[in-house]
Amino acid sequence: MGSYIATMILSYLFYLFLTMGSGNIGLWSSSELLVGIPVAVIAGLAGGRIFGEYIPSSLLNPYRWCLFIYYLFVPFFTAMAKANIDVAMRVITGKINPGIVKIKTGLKKDMALTFLANSITLTPGTLSVDVDEEENDLYVHWIDVKDVTPEPRDVCGDFPEWARRIVE
Amino acid sequence: MSGLIALFLVIGIAFNCLGAIALYRFPDVYTRLHGATKATTFGSIFTSLGVIAYGFTKWAYTGEARFCVLAIHAIVALIALLLTNPTGAHAIAKAAHRSGVMPKRAVVDRLAEREGKW
Repeated sequence: MGSYIATMILSYLFYLFLTMGSGNIGLWSSSELLVGIPVAVIAGLAGGRIFGEYIPSSLLNPYRWCLFIYYLFVPFFTAMAKANIDVAMRVITGKINPGIVKIKTGLKKDMALTFLANSITLTPGTLSVDVDEEENDLYVHWIDVKDVTPEPRDVCGDFPEWARRIVE
Repeated sequence: MSGLIALFLVIGIAFNCLGAIALYRFPDVYTRLHGATKATTFGSIFTSLGVIAYGFTKWAYTGEARFCVLAIHAIVALIALLLTNPTGAHAIAKAAHRSGVMPKRAVVDRLAEREGKW
């Protein structure tokens, strides 16, 4: 029940975010405020079960949100910028040494693994291809293989550590 | 301020161009994915930042709400891009590997080793 109501409230807030600037009650028109309510209720009924099942309760902690925003703008963005320049050089020179390697993540929750896989894929030069569901290891396509049995740190820096801190 | 917007647009377009060149330069689907999905994500982040900067400066100068709305919609588009892009790239890579496309010039392939194809 709680997850349905939480989904409804989140959908309503997101609806307000999207229709910002439509009128003069605050930033919204009265029709948008009214139409948003049935839309949010329908979205909540349809998606509440998924939201409760897959989003771990540890993500409701605001400290983790701050950590996530810091992660996104500082360590992640710098890693992404560096890797982009590296891949840009590879595009120009054509020097590649690709391969699919396996890295041990040591993460337990599915959400943390999704977080890590998405971070790895968004960084150029590394692309998560598959996951070993028993041991939660990731198969990563690496554009410049320096070591055929690498430590996670060689492939994706501090990302597993951050995934553990933010999600688990 | 217009200098900053121009800088964002130039960086964005440069990385998008490199992404397109990568499609031509790289040998197989996996390496092409690196160029074509990730370099263009980085480029699109910068072009969106240009739109966001434009919207907020116009809003500050003229006070018209529609410029603020433009910037907020660009932020929503940016978040959607950051969430969907890695998921799409991962889905393409996994589908390619499952249908038997092996990485070219690869020095190691642990996934094929697990499946006994290497």
